[in-house]
Amino acid sequence: MITCLGDALFARVGVAAVEVLRKLGVAVDFPGQQTCCGQPAYNAGYAAAARDTARAFLQAFAASEHVVSVSGSCAAMVREEFPRLFAGRPEEAAAVALAARTFEFSQFLMDVLGVQELPVVRHATATLHHSCHTRRLLGVVAQPERLLGMVAGLHYVPLPHSELCCGFGGAFAVKMARISTAMVDEKVDRILDTGAGLVIGLDMSCLMNIEGRLRRRGHHLEVRHLAEVLAAGWQG
Amino acid sequence: VAGVSRASRQAFDARIERALGDEALQKVIAEGQDYMQALIAPARAQPDWPLALDEIARVRAETLAHLDRYVEQFASNVERLGGQVFFAADAAEARRHVVALAQGRGVRLIVKSKSMVTEEIGLNVALEGAGVEVVETDLGEFIVQLAHERPFHIVAPAIHKSLEQIRALFSTAAGRDVGGDPQAMTRYARGVLREKFFAADMGISGANFGVAATGSVVLVTNEGNGRMVTTLPRTHVVVMGVERLVPSFADLEAILEVLPRAGVGLRATAYVTAISGPRRAGEADGPQELHVVIVDNGRSAILGSKYEQVLSCIRCGACLDICPVYRKIGGHAYDAVYTGPIGAVLSPLLDGLACHAELPFASSLCGACSEVCSARIPLAELIRELREDSVEEGLASPAWGVGFEGFAAVAARPRLWSALELAALPLLRLASAGGALLRGRGPLGAWTRGREFPRPERRSFRAWWGRASAPADGPTSRERGGG
Repeated sequence: MITCLGDALFARVGVAAVEVLRKLGVAVDFPGQQTCCGQPAYNAGYAAAARDTARAFLQAFAASEHVVSVSGSCAAMVREEFPRLFAGRPEEAAAVALAARTFEFSQFLMDVLGVQELPVVRHATATLHHSCHTRRLLGVVAQPERLLGMVAGLHYVPLPHSELCCGFGGAFAVKMARISTAMVDEKVDRILDTGAGLVIGLDMSCLMNIEGRLRRRGHHLEVRHLAEVLAAGWQG
Repeated sequence: VAGVSRASRQAFDARIERALGDEALQKVIAEGQDYMQALIAPARAQPDWPLALDEIARVRAETLAHLDRYVEQFASNVERLGGQVFFAADAAEARRHVVALAQGRGVRLIVKSKSMVTEEIGLNVALEGAGVEVVETDLGEFIVQLAHERPFHIVAPAIHKSLEQIRALFSTAAGRDVGGDPQAMTRYARGVLREKFFAADMGISGANFGVAATGSVVLVTNEGNGRMVTTLPRTHVVVMGVERLVPSFADLEAILEVLPRAGVGLRATAYVTAISGPRRAGEADGPQELHVVIVDNGRSAILGSKYEQVLSCIRCGACLDICPVYRKIGGHAYDAVYTGPIGAVLSPLLDGLACHAELPFASSLCGACSEVCSARIPLAELIRELREDSVEEGLASPAWGVGFEGFAAVAARPRLWSALELAALPLLRLASAGGALLRGRGPLGAWTRGREFPRPERRSFRAWWGRASAPADGPTSRERGGG
């Protein structure tokens, strides 16, 4: 699952995820009918529109054994919200089944593939933004940290106040742009406090928000999805 | 309708700007939250903490499931103990009743202990309108009353006030400088309040909980003012929301364990008071009359709806102490009695969605509130549900509706999606190359006013995958897409 944002704006993240998965021996497919999971509309209160989008999504992934998402919040949409969205409807069984086989990228690597070590080198001081939906809806906290622990040369500095939202929140970032910007400002301050030169995340929507504010404030820290870090530093 | 909602949005934006522009306020809110998080962290890390929250959720759900029965039981027990019970269907009825009680007894001075439901029904204004002096005796409420403001926080009403601001308020009231020493300021308030306690004809309190099995009113307080209010004046009036019951004393155990920690970061509060009826024959103290006013004011409409769980709230304030939005906009931006995440749900439900049309949308749905809620209320989910209701009731902006419907129509047609993406990418690249020129303008204006928009790559992932037979041709993970 490349997600609408990843498809349109961040192809490099999808490419990196494909590279990593293939190197780990996974046969990767990209069902071309996929577009969006419906989360933007769902979270904005447009349930019918979200359901239309989600229905197409269900069809697109009907034949997939596992669905791996490069976005924690899109994975959470499928895992947590799809069963609710289709409760009592003909698609309910398909939604529940898809929820059970959908995973966020780091969650898939750790919990499904059981990755123990990685031939990845990256010399950098890095911090990690635990996206809210990844942390709270999926319960994925340790997985990315353990994966970063497998990267040789990487000095990982935990982000203080990591439980604070970066302020993205989908339509919220635009609808309530002033609040959103104030929130991301604090996130940027905390990131700068760590002294890291590399910010890693699991969700391009949050990273787009964080990077957008970093750049506007004139900072040049590198902002990367975890898959990019792993693909770029892969040895052999 | 559009004009009304535009005005209310403008007013909301103005309140946000006021909060964001107040550096001292920003500091005070963040420090308050950080202080509370540090205090509560050890308790949250205890293995039995989640079990206590489960137990609270169970007790509250049980209460709500049979609320009619528990209310009846509570009321009959209050009466058996010699108290009088009045059911107020709405705020106006509750106000009228309390004003009548005061007037019927020739009351001139009322002391109050902290009560959110009396804020909700606008009781003080009604009493003052009837010529009665009303004095808030909780220190925070006392400060807020002097400032003619609403509580900023449901547990810590004056958390937004600096010592200097409090000194100024007290000094004005005293007609002399009370000094900048917190102890001296507290001594001043104590002196004023002590006289009021002895002079008051009526005491009004809220209720943290009513115990159905015994008819007791339980108050959880720290300053001792609650006991003065409920014992010294001849008449004690309890005003409580109809949902604030527990079946039995045993059901309070988990609540009394969690509420002080979640609310003020303490293992226990200074006082837990259980009031069972007025003074009985032979007793040395206590009021001669006890009146319990049970307020519905929209609550029974919530009962049985998809929002029922919000009535489980024990008013601990934990959601306000972690909310990243409250951290930025503070309590007054909500323009409501109940603020923070619980307020974003409860205020629209009690006052009507149209009165607080912005509140459900002023959330990033990060879920921190749901995570910490002492009663396990899925607050973020309820906020999202309110958005669905806003859309259904036509309160949300029509432009967003058109946008999402259009997006959904395209998203359900993968070929159309791909074609539009192919056409849009070069435009987006051009727009982001325009950079500074487009800052704050156009459809992405709200984004680009504060943030750069990422420069899309030349090709979508979809296009890369299509060419993946020759992957060397496509972007690699080492290639930067952003500008």
